[in-house]
Amino acid sequence: MTVVAISGVTKTFPKGHVTALQEIDLQIEPGEFVSLIGPSGCGKSTLLRVIGDLTAPSAGTVEVNGKSAHHARLDHDYGMVFQDSVLFDWRTVAKNIGLPLEMLGFDRSRRKQRVDEMLQLVELQGFGDHHPWQLSGGMQMRVAIARALAFEPALLLMDEPFGALDEMTRERLNIELLDIWRRMSSTIVFVTHSISEAVFLSTKVVVMSPRPGRVAGTVDIDLPQPRSGDTREDPRFFQKVTEVRELLRGVGADEHGSVLAEERA
Amino acid sequence: MAQAGHAAAFRGRTPTRALQPAQVRAAAVRAGTVVGVLLALWGLWELYRYVWIREAWTWPFPVNDTTLPHIHSIFQALGQPTSQGPLLITFLLHAAWFTAKEALVGFGLGAVVGFALAVALVHSRLAQRALLPYIVASQTIPILAVAPMVVVWLKSGWQSVAVIAAYLTFFPVTINTLRGLQSADTAAHELLRSYAASRWKVLWKLRVPASMPYLFSALKVSATASVVGAIIGELPSSIQGGLGGAILNFNQYYSITPADLWATNLIAAALGITFFVAVVLAEKLVVRRAPEQRA
Repeated sequence: MTVVAISGVTKTFPKGHVTALQEIDLQIEPGEFVSLIGPSGCGKSTLLRVIGDLTAPSAGTVEVNGKSAHHARLDHDYGMVFQDSVLFDWRTVAKNIGLPLEMLGFDRSRRKQRVDEMLQLVELQGFGDHHPWQLSGGMQMRVAIARALAFEPALLLMDEPFGALDEMTRERLNIELLDIWRRMSSTIVFVTHSISEAVFLSTKVVVMSPRPGRVAGTVDIDLPQPRSGDTREDPRFFQKVTEVRELLRGVGADEHGSVLAEERA
Repeated sequence: MAQAGHAAAFRGRTPTRALQPAQVRAAAVRAGTVVGVLLALWGLWELYRYVWIREAWTWPFPVNDTTLPHIHSIFQALGQPTSQGPLLITFLLHAAWFTAKEALVGFGLGAVVGFALAVALVHSRLAQRALLPYIVASQTIPILAVAPMVVVWLKSGWQSVAVIAAYLTFFPVTINTLRGLQSADTAAHELLRSYAASRWKVLWKLRVPASMPYLFSALKVSATASVVGAIIGELPSSIQGGLGGAILNFNQYYSITPADLWATNLIAAALGITFFVAVVLAEKLVVRRAPEQRA
């Protein structure tokens, strides 16, 4: 069954008559890793938020797991990771990861078990009793990912999760994320403004154009799995990066494409 | 593997619970500072007395044993028996305990009402627009005008005093808590929205914990205000057992025994400080924040 089915989605903001999204059609199948990429103002974050029912579309329909996005949210069908880790200072790392489990009414012992599994998954064993401010930015993001996965959603929505991290941390977390994706056999929708990150992570890259936000084209990334540091040196990797860059150039993105100023539409 | 090493290194940096020499030294320095400041204030007081008396300056007021008694006579007065029999210090400590109970009830009442009002206001823009002006207006009426009415309504007694103390307490709690309940950022609210969290859950899992630092800065203001409120509240209630009664009483005999009133003020200040310190200690237990964010 299709995980995300978007048809004819348009989103306009009354303030300034901005058309953030126009007539978007997109299907995401189970197990896919789809990146949304595009220059600032292309509405990629808005599209992600529409899928998560954090923003309502002005027209068109979004179905998640065969339900309306609204019902999917009420059913806890997806986990969300934001650009900022959004950890609660007053909670320990373990309690932060357990937050969605509290919302879903898991009892204490099941909560503890799941949190321990998650700490192991993101390799933060021994940090459960720390408070977020005691961790580095990369570790905080791993906690946010663990929290999003704690209740085992089949769909993970990630809004530029590694945007604020340095290059080296970002590349390490990319590999860890792929590892998690394989083990959880989940579907991931990932917003980024880095071409190489999009190509490295994804099975499919959706290139979007700005004002109004439209899908300019999609690039299937059939690089072998599992991917590793070597993938980045594979000639086929560069070929795909070039392909995405060409598409982006066509939509008026920055020539180099990799560092585009980002703003939430 | 790299993570395990990182974890171990991190734990090595975490301060342990046992007191370390550096902490003991820091505590000694802090205690020394407090004593030093007190001695300096004492010295300034006595120096001022000495200079004004020797030069016979009359501005802003002529200084003598009545207008500005020696610090040591104030402390001596505490050790003197009162007309009723017990030592002044015993009498004042009893009065302080009496007032403390009224202030504590008033403080608790004010904090609960203030907090509840903030919770109501944060959930309804209409309530905010309708009620906030009157909440602000309530504080522009002098407590001395409100107190007699409360006494008329509730009859004279410690309950009316507690209500008067609560009247001074709730306002900072409402204003600060309201701000605190609104302090969580949009992303945090969206996170809870992605969990389909109810308003109730958002309140208890996000808004209330986020408001704690704001609540505690309000409680610090309210703690001292509740003591002042209780002392003032005792006056129109004609309650004799507390510090308010003592102040009124010693006020009448000021020209004969000025040190008694000063001593009473000293005890009243000590009571206010005790309330304040209690809130600071509670805050340390409750509020977990990044060190640089701690107020």
